Amino acid sequence: MNFAKFRILSLAALAACALLVPGPATEAAADPKGPAPDFRLPLRGSGKDLSLSQLRGQVVMLNFWASWCGPCRQEMPLLESIQKKYRPLGFTMVGVNVEPDSAEAEKFLKQTPVSFPVAYDRDSNVSKLFRVKGMPSTVIVDRKGNTRMIHQGYKPGDENIYLDQIRSLLRE
Amino acid sequence: MARPMARQFANNALLIAVSLATASAAFAGVLPEDRADALYHRYEGGGITISGPSVLVRKKIGEQFSVSANYYVDMVSSASIDVMSTASPYSERRTQYSLGVDYLRGKTTWSTGYINSTESDYKAKTVYLGVSQDMFGDLTTVSFGFRRGKNDVLRNIKTAQGAINDPAFAREADTRAFSVGVTQVLTRRLLGSLNYELITDEGFLNSPYRSSRFADPTAPTGFRYEPEVYPATHTSHAVAARLKYSVPWWRASLDGQYRFFTDSWDIKSHTVQLGYTHPLGRSWTLDGSARYYKQDQASFYSDLFPRANAQNFRSRDKELATYDALTLGVGVAWEFRIQRAPWLDRGTLNLRVDHMMINYDNFRDVTKGPRAGQEPLYKLNSNIIEFYVSAWY
Amino acid sequence: MRPARYLVLLALGLPVLTACAPIEPWVKPYEREKLADPIMAFERNPVSGSYLDHVFESREGARGASGSAGGGCGCN
Repeated sequence: MNFAKFRILSLAALAACALLVPGPATEAAADPKGPAPDFRLPLRGSGKDLSLSQLRGQVVMLNFWASWCGPCRQEMPLLESIQKKYRPLGFTMVGVNVEPDSAEAEKFLKQTPVSFPVAYDRDSNVSKLFRVKGMPSTVIVDRKGNTRMIHQGYKPGDENIYLDQIRSLLRE
Repeated sequence: MARPMARQFANNALLIAVSLATASAAFAGVLPEDRADALYHRYEGGGITISGPSVLVRKKIGEQFSVSANYYVDMVSSASIDVMSTASPYSERRTQYSLGVDYLRGKTTWSTGYINSTESDYKAKTVYLGVSQDMFGDLTTVSFGFRRGKNDVLRNIKTAQGAINDPAFAREADTRAFSVGVTQVLTRRLLGSLNYELITDEGFLNSPYRSSRFADPTAPTGFRYEPEVYPATHTSHAVAARLKYSVPWWRASLDGQYRFFTDSWDIKSHTVQLGYTHPLGRSWTLDGSARYYKQDQASFYSDLFPRANAQNFRSRDKELATYDALTLGVGVAWEFRIQRAPWLDRGTLNLRVDHMMINYDNFRDVTKGPRAGQEPLYKLNSNIIEFYVSAWY
Repeated sequence: MRPARYLVLLALGLPVLTACAPIEPWVKPYEREKLADPIMAFERNPVSGSYLDHVFESREGARGASGSAGGGCGCN
């Protein structure tokens, strides 16, 4: 096999990759998800549990994260600023940490403190329930408890996608 | 037979480049981290000392681009076995610059770059293009790479003013390489990787200084030298499999690799490498590795040909001989942070030492006479030292 | 030359497979903690790794197939 053939085959492979591998990380409300599954998880620091149904009436943003995930760590301060700004308007951020051992998460939160509740999904039950497909994953739930947006990954600028959705849901 | 090494180093500019390029596409959904490394490297063995710096700087631009630049120097001072038998000691300097760009879009990373390597009698220019794609829920990464090199081979001759390029000698050698690789997450603790690389060289592929030898009863030593002659083409295939395992009982990783190599010169070789990485406490990391290499000679290699012009192609380059080599290495790294420099995420100080032991099955030490073809087989032991500082920002 | 052909066809076939028969990842994104550890990176110190590759290639007849991309946290 000579180089010419290699080049053609490889360029074809590249084209296939670019075209066929799915792209967008956001599935918007155009694809209705229905009611968000309820769950109960231990809360960080308070000894109490958090359940999603308790938060009905508020706009909730669930953020699945881990201390070993670079983009998750990068996103955290932005999530905190969203919480500070929209909490008074009927919004709450909920961090769902997916690590079986919470020690590293605690260490990270000491360096990067947040004011929103952080729940520990140590058995990955809630991750499975929400079919988490990427790290980080963000799920936005409206006041009636329906899932309205799922977003995977974090790249700077994604916070604008979150804010648009949050603002429109707060107006409902 | 003065300078087999110099040309090999220049050719290996390509390999450095591709290693850096591939490392840059290491996480196809995320760009490589911003970092800078400053390395001092030193090789000592067989009468040669090669040392110098290698400096790498990498920085993201926006969220989609990462650029990198590398400056590398080999300062060679040599009185090697090849040199001692036919020429006088020499020193040489090879300088290499490379520039690379990575572009991330979704789950695809494109990499391209240019490497320029220069020494007084060898100039190598290389371009490369690579692409890396994550798929299957990010469990699989498929990569392709292309490389094209154009090399100018010159020959130095001594004049009253010092060494200059022989105006009557100017040759070329071209390289093309194609590689494909698949990395697969096998379990939560196990990564596997398969790589294939095809390399083709064309042109002047030997050293303008090196000779082969043939038996000649009329010579006082029993042999004479004649210039080596290589084929004008060289095509090689390498296939490598690698596994990396996160040890369950404490925080450490095990690494195992096997590579099979074969080429159009009839060389076949096997490389097996095992490595172990063990962090200690919060700041220290220890590395250990063992590498075994076994090679069967090129068809046109011989330590001593029976007569002049015995074959169309002839070489006495020990790199083409039958031999095996064991390399053992240890490394230690210390991680630090600087309070007064918040822009610095973390830094490491690293030291690594490798000891390489090569036993040639059919290359003899000509300096240890007396009888041609019955000199002791050559053994080459060398030490490789790396000291480097890395910074992440 | 045959291994080359098969490998290229395999690499070509993979993106087609992703589209036609989506395979559920058996290691979930939230289970990649060990894989995200820097000591599990194939090339933790690229400058040192490249240099050693260069040292070996200078002394051996063999060359190639020494880089690997992939692994890691699988984020984004």
